Amino acid sequence: MQKTIRKDAPRVQNTRKPRSTGDRVFDWCVYILLALVLVIILYPLYFVLIASFSDPLEVIAGNVSFLPVRANLESYRLVFKNSQVMTGYRNTILYTLAGTSLNILMSICAAYPLSRPKLKGKGFGLAMMVFTMFFSGGMIPTYIIISDLGILDTFWVMILPTALSVYNVMIMRTFFSTSIPRELEEAAVVDGASHLRILGSVILPLSKPILAVMVLYYAVSHWNSYFNALLYLSDQNRYPLQLILRAILIQNQASEESFSEIGNTYNRMLLSETMKYALIIVSCVPVLILYPFLQKYFVQGVMIGSVKG
Amino acid sequence: MSLHTVKPAKKKGKGSTGSSFDNLEIFLLHLPTTIWYLLFCYAPMFGIQIAFKNYSFRKGIWGSKWVGLTHFQRFFNSYYCGEVIYNTLAISIYSLIVRTPLPIILALLMNEVKTKWFKRTVQTVTYAPYFISTVVMCSMVILFLSPDSGFINRLIVLLGGEKKYFMGIPGYFKSIYVWSAAWQYTGWDAVIYMAALSGIDPQLHEAAMIDGAGRLRRIWHINLPGIKPTIIILLIMSCGTLMNVGFEKVFLLQNDLNRSASDVISTLVYRQGFGAKDTKRDFSYSTAVNLFNSVVNCVLLVAVNTAARRVGETSLW
Repeated sequence: MQKTIRKDAPRVQNTRKPRSTGDRVFDWCVYILLALVLVIILYPLYFVLIASFSDPLEVIAGNVSFLPVRANLESYRLVFKNSQVMTGYRNTILYTLAGTSLNILMSICAAYPLSRPKLKGKGFGLAMMVFTMFFSGGMIPTYIIISDLGILDTFWVMILPTALSVYNVMIMRTFFSTSIPRELEEAAVVDGASHLRILGSVILPLSKPILAVMVLYYAVSHWNSYFNALLYLSDQNRYPLQLILRAILIQNQASEESFSEIGNTYNRMLLSETMKYALIIVSCVPVLILYPFLQKYFVQGVMIGSVKG
Repeated sequence: MSLHTVKPAKKKGKGSTGSSFDNLEIFLLHLPTTIWYLLFCYAPMFGIQIAFKNYSFRKGIWGSKWVGLTHFQRFFNSYYCGEVIYNTLAISIYSLIVRTPLPIILALLMNEVKTKWFKRTVQTVTYAPYFISTVVMCSMVILFLSPDSGFINRLIVLLGGEKKYFMGIPGYFKSIYVWSAAWQYTGWDAVIYMAALSGIDPQLHEAAMIDGAGRLRRIWHINLPGIKPTIIILLIMSCGTLMNVGFEKVFLLQNDLNRSASDVISTLVYRQGFGAKDTKRDFSYSTAVNLFNSVVNCVLLVAVNTAARRVGETSLW
């Protein structure tokens, strides 16, 4: 509804009144300011891209500004040869797939009961959830509990503690209770359907948009997170990509093996510099590919979330 | 008309007719969630008691000895107490001042664009940085600001200035933190204002135009008041988390040279708990500092919300 109104609004405006000079000046200001914003946002991203393809020496000397200089794929070859990076990549894919599946399952189980009207104990269930948004045990007590559970330094520690996000459950609950026609559910009840049946045959098939939003929210947060891994993992073979990135990009600990064939220390240092740019690109590729879809669904999620306030 | 009122009335079919079974089914559905909350949210809350104890790995949470408020006293008497609280608040307030108006301005600007493809391009581009991970974001910041190869220093030299090692100068830390966040999140934060703007009644604009109001006047008198409730809600939420500077980014941008300006409560908690190899792990002390932080946060949120409810009609609850 709102969208159609908004599309009509400018048309009404244009037919009623010819655009004055002041109007045109105003338009120009808007366009120039936004173009400036575009440049500010895009240039750093563009710079990473061209630097990753350029000759290390030129990047360090500061000769790379608008186009790759002496383009080559050497840095990318180094990234793909680095076993640490590849292990991290594999681990992250694994954590993202398993973690997101668990997230979706848990969120549905959490949101469905809370979306039932007049369910006994619903207020308590909601309060129990919302309270954790404002108050938590904190870093150390959580660590102690997780260590007591015996999942420290295992695969499970990467997916269990993040199995639910209160914010996402609330979005899902709002969708279940406002966007599914109540009559459909009632018809199912009359036909004697159990809750599982209602959930599986009525609600979920109608909830594809919100499920897409959830998958994307959860998947991106798994892909990008490093903090839990930093706290709970010590075995390097289990490290997700982001922790490997931290070691190489921020702590400058590129593993020796990837440079072993490059004898000269100076060359090593140079290459490790452009390898960083290539690594950034490689780590972002999955998100970049998904981005066009992501954008639409993520925005939808924000809208649904904001309805709730 | 709800499921529960309908069900007992129509006694037919099997399984879901009895309300006790009905509740059992719901209960079983919700069981994994309940267990998860108990294990990962509420069990740690009981663990907070170690803030008042001397935690030892051997004795566990319940077996350790009570020491009262010793750890809190130690924190408040430490030389860095004032510093970390100041840094935490300063970064939050700086961030609030910069990051509140920018998305509003961006949304108002985008709302004035009538060329569809241009609007879509601006949206696609400005949302994009939101998806960059914290690690990549921080490494980009460090790379760009590096004294030798970073393009920002090159630009400064080109303009006749002198290159600086920004990451090593404490005075620059807060600006780096806040403005890089502004770069990353302004587009995304604008989404919610765009949604609010699309809900404004176009008749208001038409009426104003008939009265001869220009576009700036209409933005000021129609669009801004239209998104005021959204602005206030978001302001309340950010005021409530003033003492909650995100650990993840500060931790990555922090180094030994800029620590005096970058040490915040959450990084202190981390360092005391897991920190460098040479310092000893002090779980109890770390938990005490964390608890102090959480309590202040809760109080702030409630206070700000109450104030907002008194003054205006908008509040979180």
